[in-house]
Amino acid sequence: MAEVRGMSRDVALSLLGDMLLYRRFEEEVETAYKIGKIGGFCHVHIGQEGIAAGAIKPLRGRDLVISAYREHTQALAKGMAPRAVMAELFGRVDGCCGGRGGSMHLFDVDKGFMGGHGIVGGQIPLGAGLAWAIKYRGGDQICLCFLGDAAVNQGAFLEALNMSAVWRLPVIYVVENNGYGMGTAFSRVSVTEMEERSGACGVPAHTVNGQDVQATYEFFAGLAEDVRDGAGPQFVNAVTYRFRGHSMSDPVSGTYRAKEEVDRQVVEQDPIAILRDRLFEAGLMGQDDLEELDAQVRAVVQDALDFAEESPRPDAGTLYDHAYAEVNEHGRLFLDGRGS
Amino acid sequence: MSASERKSTEMTYREALNAAMVQEMERDDAVFLMGEEVAEYDGAYKVSRGMLARFGDRRVVDSPISELGFAGLCVGAAMTGLRPICEFMTFNFSILALDQVINSAAKMAYMTNGQINVPIVFRGPTGAALQLAAQHSQACETYYVHAPGVKLVTPATPADAKGLLAAAVRDDDPVAVMEGELLYNVKGEVPDDEYVIPLGVADLKRSGGDVSIVTHGKMVHVALQAAGKLAREGIEADVLDLRSVRPLDVQAILETAARTNRVVYVEEGWPFAGVGAQIVALVQEEAFDDLDAPVLRVTQADVPMPYAKNLEALAKPGADRVVAACKRALYAGEEA
Repeated sequence: MAEVRGMSRDVALSLLGDMLLYRRFEEEVETAYKIGKIGGFCHVHIGQEGIAAGAIKPLRGRDLVISAYREHTQALAKGMAPRAVMAELFGRVDGCCGGRGGSMHLFDVDKGFMGGHGIVGGQIPLGAGLAWAIKYRGGDQICLCFLGDAAVNQGAFLEALNMSAVWRLPVIYVVENNGYGMGTAFSRVSVTEMEERSGACGVPAHTVNGQDVQATYEFFAGLAEDVRDGAGPQFVNAVTYRFRGHSMSDPVSGTYRAKEEVDRQVVEQDPIAILRDRLFEAGLMGQDDLEELDAQVRAVVQDALDFAEESPRPDAGTLYDHAYAEVNEHGRLFLDGRGS
Repeated sequence: MSASERKSTEMTYREALNAAMVQEMERDDAVFLMGEEVAEYDGAYKVSRGMLARFGDRRVVDSPISELGFAGLCVGAAMTGLRPICEFMTFNFSILALDQVINSAAKMAYMTNGQINVPIVFRGPTGAALQLAAQHSQACETYYVHAPGVKLVTPATPADAKGLLAAAVRDDDPVAVMEGELLYNVKGEVPDDEYVIPLGVADLKRSGGDVSIVTHGKMVHVALQAAGKLAREGIEADVLDLRSVRPLDVQAILETAARTNRVVYVEEGWPFAGVGAQIVALVQEEAFDDLDAPVLRVTQADVPMPYAKNLEALAKPGADRVVAACKRALYAGEEA
């Protein structure tokens, strides 16, 4: 059977296709943002595609994923439709949250993607809670909770890890460690290494090269089953690099990191190029195959763009919908003159 | 069945809260209690006495002192349909958890377009007790009701404690249940059967036609005391207990305003942007023609709570200040 570094050709090609989709998707998001189709804060994942594919693809459908605000590709990896994600970014009614969430608040309960959270570290206790609920009900799911490297400096991180360990929750905390919290290098705000941050709470730490999607995938495939089997909470330092600015508002390089550093990373540490080259070298894929794959994912992204463009904006009459799940029979919920 | 036909038992407010939690946990396995000292210690204020023994440590869970963390954990659990009762030893400490209350619980249903609701109860005492000083003596209502997405009930009596807490557990939204350290020993008749008071229904605790004292929570007792004093001077006051601050029983407020034409709001919190400020705005917007006097407020003095006994007494809204405010509203007071 055709293999590349112990991984079947099919799985490797599938991961390549996933990452290529994420890359093209985010590139089009950038373009759409620049012409005003997408607004607000928007954080793309370009350069970090290996973690979304490598960590999420080994999961089962009913496993839960929760993340912060750089989460477009994780949403796609968990099975959300590119159309629904793009329409959400456009603020349209067919978006996964009807246009109420936006870039930082993507959700799809049916796919087990639990957001999309905008306050640094806020999703970490929520992730512990998802895992708590799994354990409470006696389920065999696990929860994958993504965070950025800067989030480990929030108290919420320590509190959530401690409780996860105390109650032995089925959760994997995955740091997408791109080295910078916005414009602050991790080394400037921590005297300890990332892997040391979970030990005080008794949560085992692991490091994986997030630019090597094969290694990431194999690692998470094993770890997910360990956690499913009762290994308790885990902490994964997934080392990666952000090829773009923190958000669409920021330059790629600037006062906090040199252009040369970014250029070198882009050349040497592109997760897509790394896997592509391995497939080329193993003779499992040629340039034509790559171009065909690229054309396929570009078509998917174009379809998502067209869909988003055509989807209507939310109706003005829905402004108050879903502020509450239950509108009580008595009393008034909204105090701005709108009766309820 | 009216309240008078119900079988009832006299119990404390504390026991009534316990009865509500037991009632709800017996009927729904999705309900669990988490908080500091709720299990082995039987509750910092003994509200959860006996619950660990009854339900076990799966459902009655001692948390570490991590308000942000365990509140967030409970919100996360609620995102999957569990119905946590998240106890704060006092709501003062919940200020540490407000990110999860406001940014996660309150906004989840809206951000997700209704995909995820958060059926959680945040409960514990709010407001001042006795000489606990600035950081342990504050009414936290406004922090919670300011954000759309949260509901708030403030039971003043044992029966209301049982009925409103049960309703809060059954509600599909985040509901804060704000109690009072000084209320836990208050006794009253509490219905024995399954008892649920719908959210958003105020209760006229006293009927009188001259002036309306509108209030919520612990201040109901201050208002009733003030009404007693006024009665001795021939002034009869309505005392309307909102019971639920959000949803707000606007109709009941407008009715009492229409009946007496004079409204005084009494609250334990500070005046600036307080619950009373909302009530004043509402009454002048919707019942302006009914008013014979400005709507007045009696609140905590606009300072952090002092420790010294005499200063604390000055800072708290007491019956005498309520009496004075009512007389002002009636243009009957000695003071301007």
